[in-house]
Amino acid sequence: VTKKPSVVHPSLKKNALGLTIRDYEGSMSTLCAGCGHDSVTAAIVRAFWELETPPHMIAKLSGIGCSSKTPTYFVSGAHGFNSAHGRMPAIATGAAAANKDLTYIGISGDGDSLSIGLGQMCHAIRRNLNMLYVIENNGVYGLTKGQFSASADVGSKSKKGEANRQSPIDPVMLALTLGASFVARSFSGDKAQLVPLLRAGLAHKGFALVDVISPCVTFNDHEGSTKSYRYTREKNVEVSHADFVPIRKELSADIPADGVTSVTMHDGSVVRFTKVAPDYDPTKRQAVLNYLQERQSKGEVPTGLLYLDTTAPEMHALNGTTDVPLTKVPFEKLCPGSAALEKLQQAFR
Amino acid sequence: MHQEQQVRINDFALKLANVNGTGSASANGLLMQAIFRMGIPVSGKNLFPSNIQGLPTWYEVRVNKAGNTARAIDYDLMVAMNAETHARDIKEVKSGGWVLYDSSWPLPNALLRPDVTFLGVPLAKLCNEAFGEPRERILMKNIAYAGALCALLDIDMKVIDQLLLEKYGKKKALQDSNHKALRLGYDYATEHLQCPLPIRLQQMDATGGHILIDGNTATALGCLYAGATVAAWYPITPATSVMDAFKSLTDKFRKDPETGKKNVCILQAEDELAAIGMVIGAAWNGARAFTSTAGPGISLMSELIGLAYYAEIPAVIVDVQRTGPSTGMPTRTQQGDILACAYASHGDTKHILLFPSNPNECFHFAVKAFDLAEKFQTPVLMLSDLDIGMNDWVTPKLVWDDGYRPDRGRVLSAEELEKLEKFYRYSPADENHVAARSLPGVHAKGAFFTRGSGHNKLGGYTEIPDEYQEVVDRLAAKHKSAAKFVPAPIIQKRDGAKIGVVTLGGCDPAVREGVDLLAQQGVLCNYMRVRGFPFDKVVEDFLHAHDVNFIVEQNRDGQLRTLLVAETGVPKEKLRPLLVYGGFPLSARHVVEGVSAKVKEVVS
Repeated sequence: VTKKPSVVHPSLKKNALGLTIRDYEGSMSTLCAGCGHDSVTAAIVRAFWELETPPHMIAKLSGIGCSSKTPTYFVSGAHGFNSAHGRMPAIATGAAAANKDLTYIGISGDGDSLSIGLGQMCHAIRRNLNMLYVIENNGVYGLTKGQFSASADVGSKSKKGEANRQSPIDPVMLALTLGASFVARSFSGDKAQLVPLLRAGLAHKGFALVDVISPCVTFNDHEGSTKSYRYTREKNVEVSHADFVPIRKELSADIPADGVTSVTMHDGSVVRFTKVAPDYDPTKRQAVLNYLQERQSKGEVPTGLLYLDTTAPEMHALNGTTDVPLTKVPFEKLCPGSAALEKLQQAFR
Repeated sequence: MHQEQQVRINDFALKLANVNGTGSASANGLLMQAIFRMGIPVSGKNLFPSNIQGLPTWYEVRVNKAGNTARAIDYDLMVAMNAETHARDIKEVKSGGWVLYDSSWPLPNALLRPDVTFLGVPLAKLCNEAFGEPRERILMKNIAYAGALCALLDIDMKVIDQLLLEKYGKKKALQDSNHKALRLGYDYATEHLQCPLPIRLQQMDATGGHILIDGNTATALGCLYAGATVAAWYPITPATSVMDAFKSLTDKFRKDPETGKKNVCILQAEDELAAIGMVIGAAWNGARAFTSTAGPGISLMSELIGLAYYAEIPAVIVDVQRTGPSTGMPTRTQQGDILACAYASHGDTKHILLFPSNPNECFHFAVKAFDLAEKFQTPVLMLSDLDIGMNDWVTPKLVWDDGYRPDRGRVLSAEELEKLEKFYRYSPADENHVAARSLPGVHAKGAFFTRGSGHNKLGGYTEIPDEYQEVVDRLAAKHKSAAKFVPAPIIQKRDGAKIGVVTLGGCDPAVREGVDLLAQQGVLCNYMRVRGFPFDKVVEDFLHAHDVNFIVEQNRDGQLRTLLVAETGVPKEKLRPLLVYGGFPLSARHVVEGVSAKVKEVVS
């Protein structure tokens, strides 16, 4: 693992914890030069720095694949878990069950989440697990050199010129139908859009899905691909822009009067939507589904904070778990003791 | 040909043949519980189909004043309530035995046996006259035969009355119906049959200090007492009742009295792949976490069991074994997962196994499983089985030591981490080859990147042969170290014995009884029951000390034997397989016949 040089320029800004953005970086990326995933990593670094999360209170988890390598490249002071292919949602579920106080971020890809791990992702959504779940979506298997993934569009061409003929699984549409409480789509090449989305996803109490179109420069960035930089730049339509206002900051006075909605998150921070598409309402699930279906059928890639419901109870609320993380409940409270055992055994006579 | 028979007190076996889903289970359970309360050693084996309603089901009760309560396969009395299986049921009764049947309809002549006494009670007729509702008539027929059995076997009616009161005390109508049905059978038998039979019961004082409990409930109690806070599972027979029991126990004992909130999180997973993942995630974060499953679940979990092994994360897995391979026979018992569990997952993996033999050990071994998993930072699999897990066993009362504190193993506190210059997850290791771990969120210095990919002793990613080997070699040594910490084998020696008989798990009562019977025939055997893997030197020494060791287990391929051959230095010629694997619990007769036949083979 190649460490980055530790020299920090004195002019770098510090956040409230006294940490610079460099303190949220990880080791050097070993992905291909120009990989969309590295841009997503940079956006994650910025989002955490801006949110002022103590690095050791972050749990970063992943499965297997190019995307799943990236947790090494951000927040080296966080606890990491590079698990098995498609199994990250279950590991994250157990981790969150044990300790609700950490901030959970899962990094996955279209192979990891939409093929081998599809079931686990769906059920994490159903549980409304409190985590930010990022899919770095490039329509292709990179580490095994260029097979189509389940998100490849019909007609999209492989590097060798073969066209995909199986219909794709769209994580955004899937998540919406499964009752997801936070659904966003972005583009690795649009940092201005991505960073606030990640921050909002981290502040959301529940499952926040951010599907990031993140082109594979080596295997899926050619003419005829629908996950290339060029195609995504051309077809990307931002339907709802989110600005994230942290809890400590005052709402700025210059909010444009038209098309702006503010939603207060559980921690008191605020997400402001700018409805770039005037007829878009990100709080109405059915309308969102209809809208996206219509736009996508025209070949557009709608992006932005597509859906948000801050009222859906997350996993621990559904379970009725105690407020203290389970890992901190003292043993004396967990073990009923000998007298109780003696008493309950009267039922076994 | 009915001849006068000698009276036999508290020493007989009966089998009840029923139709699944007709409510016979509660009548049969009632009989067994009553015998237990009369202070008499008893066992009940439910031999049920993978079906909710309509297929044949059997329940066997063995009463034995000497405490031998392994399954008996020779029946003195058959309660033949299922016309569909009459032919084979009647065939199974010992010569000189009895058949109790519903005489509302005549038995076909072809079924009659001259060497067996047929006891007719018109159960359907009696119940049709006494009860109005069709469903009630069917249910109460079972209670009516229980009543007849009370008269025939001299079961204390006061005990039965008390049990009905406890069971239905709050439901007066149900209590009345049960009482009425019981009396119908009892009165009819008393009036028309010679009661009691020569086989009969008499109050004893042999079950004091004991409870009647199934292994799955005892396992759940162990998990509760060990302080497990996260449980993840996927429904599967015969393990489901572990989590059912855990849930009802936590509803009672893990709710904060003030807030009503739970000190537990039970996750019904989407499959076993996810269930084990959740356990690993929770344990990674420092919770005591477990899952319960059966063979098919072990197959699915194998992938992540390897991750937990390699990344050194504790996990407790309860495998309530059933008959494999594949779906196999889900409601039948077997010990067929020994090898699958010992080496679960791809690559070089080896796990700690615990083999409880009864519900009492299920309770204590479950606690032990958490201690070992955390001490050795690795998965621990407890191998119960359907017979232990789902049948009620008379077992010594569970005793809890309030001085118990969980062995969390080497976990660094915030203060300890603060003092470290730098934390490395896999170095330095202690005398048991275990390194200290840090838990997420405890201290900035404890931050660590867990991975299932190749890593060196400092925890960093590696593809360098020496660095990789150093870690997996330490894991092998670590596994070996656990031999001293798993429960020691139970060894019972006889003077002059030259033959060893080795077994594990639920075979215990049948094998001990078999060894006693063999001794009466002049075949002297020393007995060893292994209770954990890796094997300690004591196990190896026992095998070496005998020219021949019979390895008694319930699977086709002699899996314990294979494991002993692979993991000890004992030549395989010394280990002879004795296998019973049709899906029903072992009986002492299997052991006696098996050893006798093979002893001749060995000698000749």
